[in-house]
Amino acid sequence: MIVSRSSSNSPSYPPRSRKIINYIMLSLTGLCTLLVVSVLLTILVYLLWNGVHALNLNFFTKLPAPVGQSGGGVSNAIIGTLKLLALASAIGVPIGLLGGIYLSEFAGGWSAFTVRYTTDLLNGVPSVVMGIFVYTLVVLPMHHFSTLAGGIALGIMMIPIALRSTEDFLRAVPRSLREGGLALGASKSETIFTIVIPAAIYGIITGIMLDVARVAGETAPLLFTAFGNQFNSPGWLQPTASLPVVIYNYAISPYDEWHQQAWAAGFVLLSGLLVVSIIARLILARGKKLSHG
Amino acid sequence: MANAALSTPGIPMQPRGLEKKQTWLERLRKGDEVVHLITLSGAWSIIVITGLLVQHLWVYSAIARHTFGWRFLFTSTWDPVNGLFGAWPFVYGTIVTSILALVIAIPIGLGTAIFLAELAPRKISDALTFLVELLAAVPSVIYGLVGIFLLIPILTTAMPYFQKVFGWLPIFSGTFYGVSYFSAAVILAIMVVPFIVSISREVLLAVPVSQREAMMALGATKWDVTWRAVVPYARQGIMGSIFLALARALGETMAVTMVIGNVAQVSTSLLAPGYTIAAVIANEFTEATGDLYLHALIELGLVLFAVTMIINALARLLMLTMRGHEVTG
Repeated sequence: MIVSRSSSNSPSYPPRSRKIINYIMLSLTGLCTLLVVSVLLTILVYLLWNGVHALNLNFFTKLPAPVGQSGGGVSNAIIGTLKLLALASAIGVPIGLLGGIYLSEFAGGWSAFTVRYTTDLLNGVPSVVMGIFVYTLVVLPMHHFSTLAGGIALGIMMIPIALRSTEDFLRAVPRSLREGGLALGASKSETIFTIVIPAAIYGIITGIMLDVARVAGETAPLLFTAFGNQFNSPGWLQPTASLPVVIYNYAISPYDEWHQQAWAAGFVLLSGLLVVSIIARLILARGKKLSHG
Repeated sequence: MANAALSTPGIPMQPRGLEKKQTWLERLRKGDEVVHLITLSGAWSIIVITGLLVQHLWVYSAIARHTFGWRFLFTSTWDPVNGLFGAWPFVYGTIVTSILALVIAIPIGLGTAIFLAELAPRKISDALTFLVELLAAVPSVIYGLVGIFLLIPILTTAMPYFQKVFGWLPIFSGTFYGVSYFSAAVILAIMVVPFIVSISREVLLAVPVSQREAMMALGATKWDVTWRAVVPYARQGIMGSIFLALARALGETMAVTMVIGNVAQVSTSLLAPGYTIAAVIANEFTEATGDLYLHALIELGLVLFAVTMIINALARLLMLTMRGHEVTG
């Protein structure tokens, strides 16, 4: 049946006032989005602009120059950050992986609840408090700041995310795959290592890469563990410079050359993080494509 | 098991051998139990680490706790030279900056989440959300850098005009030097908005279509549908995202340290410089001479830890009830 649209002389519904409110509020939400996106883009562009201008080859190859001299670099901080991240991964990744496997494959009852709850607790610890903890745990007994202490602080901060992402991606593996493995006569552990983990490996790697990117920019826990250093830090038991701490120290200094270095360091750090995050997401997308044919 | 319960007591319905489980030793030999124990040790080491953390914060703040008791939190004299430690200026600064940051971030974040979930086409929404989430990964020290060299000059330029209109209010009185509670709150707001947006958007997208259709069938406008049917349905998840943002704002260290001015005073004006708990720890920890000073700073860490734990727990609780609500409703 065809209904003719002859209602033009009946009062329109909804009433005009509500239509106006509708338009106002909807455009306000659009404005909010515009504001958020533009603020965030401004920050990125501003950082890139200043960073690129302050960047040169010396920045990557030279040690910091004394105040007043131009031309120094932060090679020690770049090496320091890489060392700290390597140590942090060596601590955080195995514990996170094992915990994730445990929660997804073995745990049940009070033990799983306790582990999960504690992980959330650890994840919520403010980073500056983590710095205090590792200071009392490592720095006080050893009587000096060290790469080791900084790596431990970052490593502990990595655990919750590594665990959570591992658990989530293992859980996403279909039950039928596990049953298939068991039906072929494989033991539970064989099934886990040859079927479940390979099926989830892209996700697990993505999670860990994002985790590393997250702690790479942490500053507060390094202030009283790795401290800082004007020179290269040999071995693991000396204080070491790191990019985030260098940014902080240079930014709050009164010298213009140092401000430039802070911008360059910020640019290097952020582009490193963003590249790692984007690669991680691409790996995940590729993994999804592979597993769905 | 259910069969056994139904059968006559004493006479099993199945032969014994079928129900027999592998013994612990058998599982150990097959490797399952070994893997179980190894992963279990990984999982329990997290409990050990967290336990150590609480114990260390408690033990290493003992001197300050015993010397000052609860007065520690509510007196305003912070005088390391004479061994007087009152943390009120820091507690006050932390509360003021976090609340103000939320006041700025909640409407903007929620508005953005509504736009991304309800109005924007899915592809644009996903792209913008990706951008917003990438920005959640920007380290706080970089926000601090941008705060010092971009935000503070902008605020300093804009403030005279703002004060002409609102200067009569006590919270906007006094001279503005750039570093202030207000600057810190703005930076914090920028930092927590991505959290509110991405979580709230997820929650809004999870609201069933039937909820929208029912409201629409009653002749409601798009805004009415969103504000009266969708947002109330998702309110627990949104509250959860706000609590998470609050916990993050309270514990935020570097960006705040760089723009708040680091002056241990309590001011009514939001435009005055101040201090927060996290900032005082970051600034004074390596310079702390003497046990009492160090313990006072660690006690501040303990306070920060306890407060963020409580708020995180509340956020989890809200998210959990939300999930239960979804299942039953």
